Amino acid sequence: MNTSDTKLVVEPIVDNNPITLQILGICSALAVTTKLAPAITMSIALTAVIVGASVIISLIRRHMPSSIRIIIQMTIIASLVIVVDQVLRAFAYELSKQLSVFVGLIITNCIVLGRAEAFASKNPPWPSFLDALGHGLGYSLILVTVAAVRELLGSGRLLGVPVLPLVEDGGWYMPNGLMLLAPGAFFIIGLMIWAIRTWRPQQIERPEYRIHIVHRTEPG
Amino acid sequence: MEHYLSLLFKAVFVENLALSLFLGMCTFLAVSKRIPTALGLGLAVILVQTITVPVNAVIHRYLLQDGALAWLGPGSGLAELDLSFLGLITYIGVIAAMVQILEMTLDRYFPALYQALGIFLPLITVNCAILGGSLFMVERGYSLAESTVYGFGTGLGWALALVLLAGIREKLKYSDVPSALQGLGITFITTGLMAMAFMSFSGIQL
Repeated sequence: MNTSDTKLVVEPIVDNNPITLQILGICSALAVTTKLAPAITMSIALTAVIVGASVIISLIRRHMPSSIRIIIQMTIIASLVIVVDQVLRAFAYELSKQLSVFVGLIITNCIVLGRAEAFASKNPPWPSFLDALGHGLGYSLILVTVAAVRELLGSGRLLGVPVLPLVEDGGWYMPNGLMLLAPGAFFIIGLMIWAIRTWRPQQIERPEYRIHIVHRTEPG
Repeated sequence: MEHYLSLLFKAVFVENLALSLFLGMCTFLAVSKRIPTALGLGLAVILVQTITVPVNAVIHRYLLQDGALAWLGPGSGLAELDLSFLGLITYIGVIAAMVQILEMTLDRYFPALYQALGIFLPLITVNCAILGGSLFMVERGYSLAESTVYGFGTGLGWALALVLLAGIREKLKYSDVPSALQGLGITFITTGLMAMAFMSFSGIQL
């Protein structure tokens, strides 16, 4: 692997993260993260689909008429998702029931189509593979972190194992129910973006307006 | 009539696709910077949703459901077929075709709106709100009339949330937000507060 290959994989993980910077694929990041186990399953499923889809689309990129490219890309992605869905039902039935419609909604995960449209349809298979892998990992990183925070603070457990002793079992931790509800997910991702951008200031968005102080009246 | 009204109310407020089911978030956050753009996208979503949900309902009822092909007659041997595993790919095919038609129409008749929506128009195809609407319709077994109302209601609820957020963000531009929270970060927190407000609709029944 030379440096540009490494860059393709590493860059989307922090510096150009699909969720926190490109605002793609957020629906599932919010919806499946109440517990850690489904979040990990979802990450693996999504990474498999995005890598498969990018490689296939990049292989046939010269044969796709541009006016019907979206339908072709969606068909490829949907077929891969059906495969992943059937595999999950066969080998991890409990988890696939917990994820319910969200495995099907990988089809509509904008990261997958976004990478197909923006990268794989213009580049050869090997870079497309690396780019897809990088985006899959970047997505997984955020998903797992959010799920860990929500499960730990919301129910005092990690992967179902009690970590913080709850008040109702004679411990000291009072679970924060807000973490398991919709608004909690929004707040956590908002705060994570704040933390990442404080660490990497070049990601800060420039304000559209700046308030200039034109003149100031001195007291007295 | 009351039944449809209650279904509409539920689709718009109680089970708002964006704020309580997290569907269609990417587009929701990215296109909510200005009210006119938000209105344009909102209209596009209402249109696509109102058409695709009933179309998918018909396809599900007469082609895919367990035993749906019985109308071909008992002799054909197709009456026992269960094609529901083809559901995902069929629904997304219908949606992609609708979006492509909408894209061509907008490009031809409303080029300004087409330019403003940019990459987010093809991304309506991957707007989970649209596919989610169809999947919920299948899960709850709505009839054709019900699914038309449901499709329109969910589209309207999503568009409403989008325009409301765009309104808040237009005001937010002038406020003094910590620099690292600028843009996306503060939008997430605002949406969280909106979701808390919409939670007050839960439990209301007409």
